[in-house]
Amino acid sequence: MKAFTYERATDPGSAVAAVSRAGAKFISGGTNLLDLMKLEIEQPTHLVDISRLPFRDIEELPDGGLRIGAQAANSDVAAHPLVRAHYPVLSQALVSGASGQLRNKASIGGNLLQRTRCPYFYDTPSACNKRDPGSGCAAIGGINRIHAILGASDACIATHPSDMAVALAALDAKIELLRAGGATRTVAIGDFHRLPGDTPHIETVLEPGEMITAVILPPQPPGRQLYRKVRDRASYEFALVSVAVIVAAERATIIAARVAFGGVAHKPWRSPEAEAALVGRSATMATYRAAAEAAMKDAVGRGHNDFKIDLAKRALCRTLAHAAEEG
Amino acid sequence: MNLPTAVGAEPAGTTTAEIALTVNGQVRPLELDLRTSLLDALREHLHLTGTKKGCDHGQCGACTVLINGRRINSCLTLAVMHQDDDIVTIEGLGSPGSLHPMQAAFVECDGFQCGYCTPGQICSAVAMLNEVKAGWPSHVTADVAARRITLTNEEIRERMSGNICRCAAYPNIVAAIRDVAEGARQ
Repeated sequence: MKAFTYERATDPGSAVAAVSRAGAKFISGGTNLLDLMKLEIEQPTHLVDISRLPFRDIEELPDGGLRIGAQAANSDVAAHPLVRAHYPVLSQALVSGASGQLRNKASIGGNLLQRTRCPYFYDTPSACNKRDPGSGCAAIGGINRIHAILGASDACIATHPSDMAVALAALDAKIELLRAGGATRTVAIGDFHRLPGDTPHIETVLEPGEMITAVILPPQPPGRQLYRKVRDRASYEFALVSVAVIVAAERATIIAARVAFGGVAHKPWRSPEAEAALVGRSATMATYRAAAEAAMKDAVGRGHNDFKIDLAKRALCRTLAHAAEEG
Repeated sequence: MNLPTAVGAEPAGTTTAEIALTVNGQVRPLELDLRTSLLDALREHLHLTGTKKGCDHGQCGACTVLINGRRINSCLTLAVMHQDDDIVTIEGLGSPGSLHPMQAAFVECDGFQCGYCTPGQICSAVAMLNEVKAGWPSHVTADVAARRITLTNEEIRERMSGNICRCAAYPNIVAAIRDVAEGARQ
């Protein structure tokens, strides 16, 4: 690990001012950043510790929504009574990720900013446009079993590893940001992460020095919420494919549907195509299959990950069927 | 050739710190390189070698300690970030002659073979049972909104999945945790 200087931020304004220094980075839970610093994939020269800033609260909003402070631990959000009652898909996604120890440390803001688990990103002698822009992509033509099937580019086929973000995509969450000087803005979750294009090292729309202060959830949407994750181990493993669904039906006709996939793209992948194929149709397996085909219409395999296309379709059908049974 | 993007960048200022950590109820002053993980501070500086270094990347759980009662991986956090925290290691849970109930249960149930993962398993299990008492859901909890958790073996295994035992003493680890949860030993 490279040497760095350190300060603990005492208030949000001084935190965003401090991080404007060249080579500076925020640290909160540190579970991903320190891992990458040990491998010298991340080399900050100054760390601004924001873990003690007063952004841990989870509060109900006047409109019935929820404001989750960015410094709240993953485990606190998963266990919060209002999250469990009104946003179970978020609770389910959170507890399906990482381990008990990591969830106690990792923050909500940091979860959104997790970097990919592509093994070539971690393997520093390998070419990686995300780690070393312009060096190429060893995953294309390499072992790409866990890689993206949607929205990838010839520069990068890495996936975003977060489970939480997939649930947030289905819930239409907004990300609240603070920049130096004190201005705030909110960004819809769907606009927060970028597709790789030819700049896969730029992963979000965060501007230099901007800090995530909260995640805002709109009021609970109608329907059953369900998160399902398919992976190589039963626990403590990243998704090959995951699905978050929120579906409402009346007399066996689907009246509202939201579908988001994880493990398939460089960002949590909301599927308006699947949603359009569900709404107004009868809640049957034939409808689910049509929605799955629509969702994966543009999917492209890279060889080892071809199986993910069928896996994603089946995972969606099964999750929708399960949600209907429970409804 | 792969060059790290920030090669040559040097930090401007001091890269060491004088801090104090509260470990097992004692305030311990330390002078550290800022890079020092909490795990290395405990083992190399305070010589509390009960906490083990396995993978050093948050994957194995051997380094699990309690921070303000919560289990975390001490390898994935900086010592300097924990100056105001109450840190408890395996040495603080119990000692020969006055074992913590979880330590006694691991001995009784033969919940280990080589023993390297055991301090992490025990610290993790102690905090895990408190999470269950607080009603926290897990990945195998059928209804995350349910207020009470039924501590099945499946729940124990899921909740302990962050602690790897390469000797595969898992059946007896589950038995030891179950014994403590059911109040078999106080």
